[in-house]
Amino acid sequence: MTVSAAFRLDLGDLHLDLSLDIAAGEVVALLGPNGAGKTTVLRALAGLQGIDTGRLTVAGDVVDDPEAGVFRPAERRPVGVVFQDYLLFPHLTVLENVAFGPRSRGTAKGEARSEARRWLDRVGIADLADAKPRAISGGQAQRTALARALATSPELLLLDEPLAALDAGTRATVRRDLRRYLDDFGGATVLVTHDALDAIALADRVVILEAGAVTQAGTIDEITTRPRTSYVADLIGVNLLRGDAQGTTVTLDSHQGEVTIAERTEGPVLLLIRPHSIGLYRQRPEGSARNRWQGEITGFDLLGDRVRVRLGGAIPLVAEVTPAAVAEMRLVEGESVWATVKATDITAYAR
Amino acid sequence: MTTARRRPPIAVVAVAAVAVAFFALPLIGLLQRASWSTFGHDLNTSQSREALRLSLVCSLSATALSILFGMPLAWVLARIAFPGRALVRGLVLLPLVLPPVVGGVALLSAFSNNGLLIKPLNQFLAQHTDWHIQLTFTTAGAVLAETFVALPFFVITVEAALRTMDRRYEDVAATLGADRWTVFRRVTLPAILPSVIAGSVLAWARALGEFGATITFAGNIIGRTQTLPLAVYLALEGNPDVAIALSLVLLGVSLIVIVSLRDRWLERS
Repeated sequence: MTVSAAFRLDLGDLHLDLSLDIAAGEVVALLGPNGAGKTTVLRALAGLQGIDTGRLTVAGDVVDDPEAGVFRPAERRPVGVVFQDYLLFPHLTVLENVAFGPRSRGTAKGEARSEARRWLDRVGIADLADAKPRAISGGQAQRTALARALATSPELLLLDEPLAALDAGTRATVRRDLRRYLDDFGGATVLVTHDALDAIALADRVVILEAGAVTQAGTIDEITTRPRTSYVADLIGVNLLRGDAQGTTVTLDSHQGEVTIAERTEGPVLLLIRPHSIGLYRQRPEGSARNRWQGEITGFDLLGDRVRVRLGGAIPLVAEVTPAAVAEMRLVEGESVWATVKATDITAYAR
Repeated sequence: MTTARRRPPIAVVAVAAVAVAFFALPLIGLLQRASWSTFGHDLNTSQSREALRLSLVCSLSATALSILFGMPLAWVLARIAFPGRALVRGLVLLPLVLPPVVGGVALLSAFSNNGLLIKPLNQFLAQHTDWHIQLTFTTAGAVLAETFVALPFFVITVEAALRTMDRRYEDVAATLGADRWTVFRRVTLPAILPSVIAGSVLAWARALGEFGATITFAGNIIGRTQTLPLAVYLALEGNPDVAIALSLVLLGVSLIVIVSLRDRWLERS
């Protein structure tokens, strides 16, 4: 393992408890809501923040181990960081920004500059070498920050919300290019983001961090097909219910009803219901669907050529229907509707 | 917009005009009383020349000392949380409000030959060496007195800049492999440079104009401790034209300082 981290860290209201191993060449996305502690994890890995207990190892060297009295500060760790907002030194040119790392690590001025020039060439902004950061675009600043972090040849690359500062148009291009640079990078990468799309596009593995603790970890596929928390379910836009299964009947934890599933199972389960598998009706439907609930419409979101209808009531759900259906049924906020789901459209898995 | 059309309150404007006149009249008087035909000659007397030279030497030395000691002090006050920090800051800022003559008396009690520091130091030196430290009535003493009043200006200006700068840039530099000194030299200093320059100019202007602490601590010896303000005060009795000529020099310097710092002070809106 290039990076091995298992530590606790208390910082104000935040109580971090994390265990994370990353292999060389692997990209791990650290995904979580604001305040979950993602950036603090990054600072601990970078050496800008000490851990309370546990141990951090990067490329075979212990860099932080409070019990053993080991702490290597940021400037002596083989770690490169692309900070949120990029934080290019405003008084230095693009070239000098990228040359800063090699120079600080002892490379002679001329050599550091030609090294920086090679990096600028690789990220495709060689022509901006003499520009000041305020004169370049967000996408160019992102590339400069990436080149600056990579120019120190780190074993571990940390990216803090690398695309959040960009507008939607630039983001897609920069994301695609970033994917390419990460493929070429031989070290371990941690990508901090709150955007699921970034994680899907860039990461091999996802670690979900909520309130300082890892609530789920796995591949993109595992996370999206078996979400374990309501945060993850919201992120990927699915409905997640918790209950206790006895055969094909699941009693919901909220005691607000029962759900019928297709396959027999026992014990505590999570139920995944995709919004497009929910049907909406003005009158109580008769038919094959085994699950029928009544709920009040609390809002609408337009999503491409679909409309997401949020339902309140005993079992909060999100349903996805066509705009035509909304118009035809004359659905409006505050009205009561019937939602149905077939038992076969519900995925049940153990908690 | 009704507020835009309202007339300004006449009484307030009138009082403000009186205050402006209060500042303007002495300056006009100074210019009007100046004997322009002998101006060059007045500045070229040996006493004037000595005072000008000495003021330049002392004020620049005091500025250099303020930077040398003020920079670490400002950094410590801005960056290190230690018990009694507020107390230390208060102590450093005290000379800003302390009557300079009191500062001079206080300096005497510590740095005169019988002072708190110099007396035991000289006793120690006498036992082991041929050296002897004398600050009172020396140019070094004048520099010391000027540094005492100038240093706080540098420290408050630079400390404020260190507090308000975006420290994340220092984190960036550290992750790029820069040690503390490199971070300071290549990131922190460039970020606070305008404030360092402003603080230096302020400290220099304050040192140049210093009178009370200097005359109390260092005395009034031509060529050794008699700086411009002291020379002005002395010349006023026998040779008012020289006093006014020297005053105009100091006024000119002050105007240059204000103009050079105008971006900081005058164009705030």
